Amino acid sequence: MSFHPADWRRHFPLLANHPQLHYLDNAATGQLCETAFDAVTLHELTHRANVLRGTYRLAEQADAAYENARRQAAAYLNAANADEVVFTSGTTASINLLAHAFGDGLRPGDEVVLSLAEHHSNFVPWQMLRERRGVTLRFLPLTEDGRIELSCLEEFITPRCRLVSVTHASNVTGAVTGLAPIVAAARAVGARVLVDGAQMVQHGPVDVAALGADFYAFSGHKVFAPNGIGVLWGRAEALAALPPFLGGGGMIGRVTAEETTYAAPPRRFEAGTPPIAQAVGLGAALDWLRAQPWASIHAHTARLAQRLLEELAVLPGLTFLGPRELRDRLPIVAFNLAGIHPHDACQLLDRHGVAVRGGHHCAQPLMDAFGVPGAVRASLAAYNTDEDVDALLAGLKDALGKLR
Amino acid sequence: MSADLYQQALLDLAKAAHGAGALPSPDGSALRDSPLCGDRVRMQVTLADGRVSALAHDVKGCLLCQAAASLLGLYGAGLNPEEVQALRGQVAAALAGAEPPPGWPELSLFEPVRPHRNRHGCVLLPFDALIAAIGESRRG
Repeated sequence: MSFHPADWRRHFPLLANHPQLHYLDNAATGQLCETAFDAVTLHELTHRANVLRGTYRLAEQADAAYENARRQAAAYLNAANADEVVFTSGTTASINLLAHAFGDGLRPGDEVVLSLAEHHSNFVPWQMLRERRGVTLRFLPLTEDGRIELSCLEEFITPRCRLVSVTHASNVTGAVTGLAPIVAAARAVGARVLVDGAQMVQHGPVDVAALGADFYAFSGHKVFAPNGIGVLWGRAEALAALPPFLGGGGMIGRVTAEETTYAAPPRRFEAGTPPIAQAVGLGAALDWLRAQPWASIHAHTARLAQRLLEELAVLPGLTFLGPRELRDRLPIVAFNLAGIHPHDACQLLDRHGVAVRGGHHCAQPLMDAFGVPGAVRASLAAYNTDEDVDALLAGLKDALGKLR
Repeated sequence: MSADLYQQALLDLAKAAHGAGALPSPDGSALRDSPLCGDRVRMQVTLADGRVSALAHDVKGCLLCQAAASLLGLYGAGLNPEEVQALRGQVAAALAGAEPPPGWPELSLFEPVRPHRNRHGCVLLPFDALIAAIGESRRG
C-alpha cells in the first residue's frame, strides 16, 4: 500500500472539510477517522443494545461487535489473547484502575518507580496511592535533553520496588523510552511494569509481547477513534492476580446478600455498561491503522519533524525542550521563544489557522526539570504536510514581529 | 478571532508592568497558579486604614496576565477589600459579556478576550492573587 498524506487527510472528515486548518495538536488528540466514524454510526443505527445481558438477536449482535473490538485492540497490541484487553474510558482511567487494583495491595515501604517525564495521569494516581497506602514514590531522573536516565536503574529499581510505571514516549519531548533495560531491571527485582502508551499508539501498532511489560495503557482519541474509550492491556496472569476496582453490573460471578464473587478478566474490570459504540469505533480505527504502510508514514513524519527542528532552530531566541535528533523520538517538537509566552504564541498562530498547544502539557514536573513554566508544542501525524509546517513557521515569524 | 487580542495599548500596558516587583515589608503575600497553563502570580500588599496602600506583583505568565497585573498596579492602591472582591466579579462578568465597570477604562482592552474562555483565567489570576494576599494580611 502506498502512502500519500493527502489521501490520509481525505480520510478525516474534519480535516477534509477544513482545508485551511493546520492541525498540529495530535499529541493532545487525533482527528476522528472516517472508518471509526462510519463504524460508530453503523453500530448505533443497526446494533445498538446493551452487552452481556440480552438473549435477543440485537443484543447478541451488540455483544459480537463489542467483543470483536476487543480482538481488534488485541491484534493492534499483538496481545496473546483478547481477554487481556480491558476497555476503560482512556489512559487516565486505565492507570487509575491499576493504582487501585494493584496499588491497594501495597504496603508502607513498598516502592513505585516513575520518571520525571510522566504526564500528570501517570503521576497523580500514584501520589494519591501514596496518601492511601503510605507507599514510597521514586522518580527516575532525566538526561539534559529530557530522556529518562537509564544509567542509574539499579539505584532506583531495588527489591523494595513493586511497580515501575513509565511513559512509552513523552507527550512533550517526543522522546521514546528505552524500555528494555527498565523492564529487565524490574524483572530482576520481581516488580511489575506499566507502560503509558498514550502517545506511542498513534504512530503504529505496538508489540506488547516484545516489550515484555505487564500492563499497557492507551486512549482511543489518540488513535483517531472516539473519545471516552481506552484500553488497559494486562498480561493474563497479571490481570488474574488483581481484585476489581469498580463494582457493579457486568463484573460479577454471583451476588448474594452476603457476598459477591467476581468475573474473570477482562470483565472483572468493566463494571457497568461499557462505552460500546466507542469500543466499536476504536476497533475499526485500529484495524484501519494496522493496515497502513508504517515505514512510509514514519519516513514522512520524520522528514517533517526534521524540517521543524532545522527551521525552528534559526528563529532568534528559540530553545527546544527535548532531543534535537530524530533517533528514538516521535514527531513531537516542543519549544520556547524568548520573551514570548506560549499561550500568546499559540493565540497568534490561531490567526494563521495553526492549531498547536501551549502550556505545561500536563507535565509540570518535566517543565520544572527544564526550568520553564510551559512551552509551545507542535505534534505531527501522518496527515500533516509541508504546508502545515510552512504555516507554523510563518505564524511564529508573525508572533515574533508582533510580540517581541 | 484573536485579531484584536494583542492591540498595541494592551501590549504597552503589559510592558509598562506597573507595580511589578516586591514590597519591603508586605502585610500579606499570596501565590496563585493557573491550573490550565501553569501561569503564576505572586502578589504582595500593604494595607492602611482598611485599604490597599501599596501592592507589588511578580508575574510568570502571558501578556494578558501581565496586563491585568499592570492594571492593578495602576489602580489597585486605595481600594478596600470589598471593592477588590467586587471588581474581580465585575471583570469576570465583563469577560462573560457584561459592560465593564465604570472608572476602569483600560478594562476595555480585555474585551477581545471574551470569546476565548480558556484565556479568561489569565486575566483573572492577578485579581485572585490580590484577593488572596489581602486575605493573608487580614489573618495577620
